[in-house]
Amino acid sequence: MRGKNRGMDATPGRRQRWQQGIEARQRAPRSLWRFAAPQQFYPLAGRLAPWFAALAAVLTVVGLYLAFFVAPTDAQQGEVYRIIFLHVPAAWMSMFLYLVMAFWGIVGWVLNTRLSFMMAHALAPTGAIWCFIALWTGALWGRPTWGTYWVWDARLTSQLLLMFLYLGYLALTRAIEDPRRADRAGALLAIVGSINVPIIYFSVQWWNTLHQGASVSLTRAPSMATVMLVTMLIMAFAAWFYSIAVALWRVRTIILERERHTDWVAAELDRLAARERG
Amino acid sequence: MHWESWSAFWDMGGRGFFVWGSYGVSFALIALELYFLYRTRKAVIRRLLRWRAARLEDTGEDA
Repeated sequence: MRGKNRGMDATPGRRQRWQQGIEARQRAPRSLWRFAAPQQFYPLAGRLAPWFAALAAVLTVVGLYLAFFVAPTDAQQGEVYRIIFLHVPAAWMSMFLYLVMAFWGIVGWVLNTRLSFMMAHALAPTGAIWCFIALWTGALWGRPTWGTYWVWDARLTSQLLLMFLYLGYLALTRAIEDPRRADRAGALLAIVGSINVPIIYFSVQWWNTLHQGASVSLTRAPSMATVMLVTMLIMAFAAWFYSIAVALWRVRTIILERERHTDWVAAELDRLAARERG
Repeated sequence: MHWESWSAFWDMGGRGFFVWGSYGVSFALIALELYFLYRTRKAVIRRLLRWRAARLEDTGEDA
């Protein structure tokens, strides 16, 4: 037991950093730091989530209307190209959310903030769903345009690897019982795995692949009609706001579970129980 | 309007299977995610309430 099982809090470096984190939060009670405390963040997330969800719903309706009733038929691909309005935002979100997970993992490791790890947990299922949607819509788009559902080229293979990284994160964090160990192991996987994201993004430039290059980039004019571009961006914002809303809702449940020993969660549970009774 | 008829809309120029297969499965997954989010929250709250009741009974404390 000795050596191997020195509790994490017993390590001087960690305790010191933990203490510094607390002091920093106490010094600046009015700053954003106070939302690093789960007790403060829980009600904030509850207030913000419905707004993001409503925004996502409105943008989805507008985006779908533009996608199916305004965007013109593509000269080369006909109607099937309309998959792009779902495929590209889903692929963007799957990569972006993984980077955000890795970011929270780094913050958690450096500052020892519990909430950072909880945010990473809350993002993973949503990121995995976007990743699956990107792969699924890609397959259904590939069949009529390339003649195949799947090909082992750089873009598709690296995106599949991202799917496995998400699933690996979910499996790993659920398999480890001690939440602090699970947090750190998961964060490490997220950080190391994030190297795959630029590989996915640049794969179409670095390798000869069947997948087309980026239609939208920051450095040159987009290679698509304005209405198509606007529709895609609206769908991307819808996906983004949806992900924020869902992550906020999910983190609230995680906070309740993790902080169940605290008085404020006891009070919150009483409130919820009273509301349920009517 | 872009489409001549609703059947032309659903047909998607002969690619209806691919287009609706994409949108259908994606939105079904999103609906499932929202459903499970709601269900998990309910289950966690119920479990925590039971856990707390059991703990109060053990220690004899008052809430």
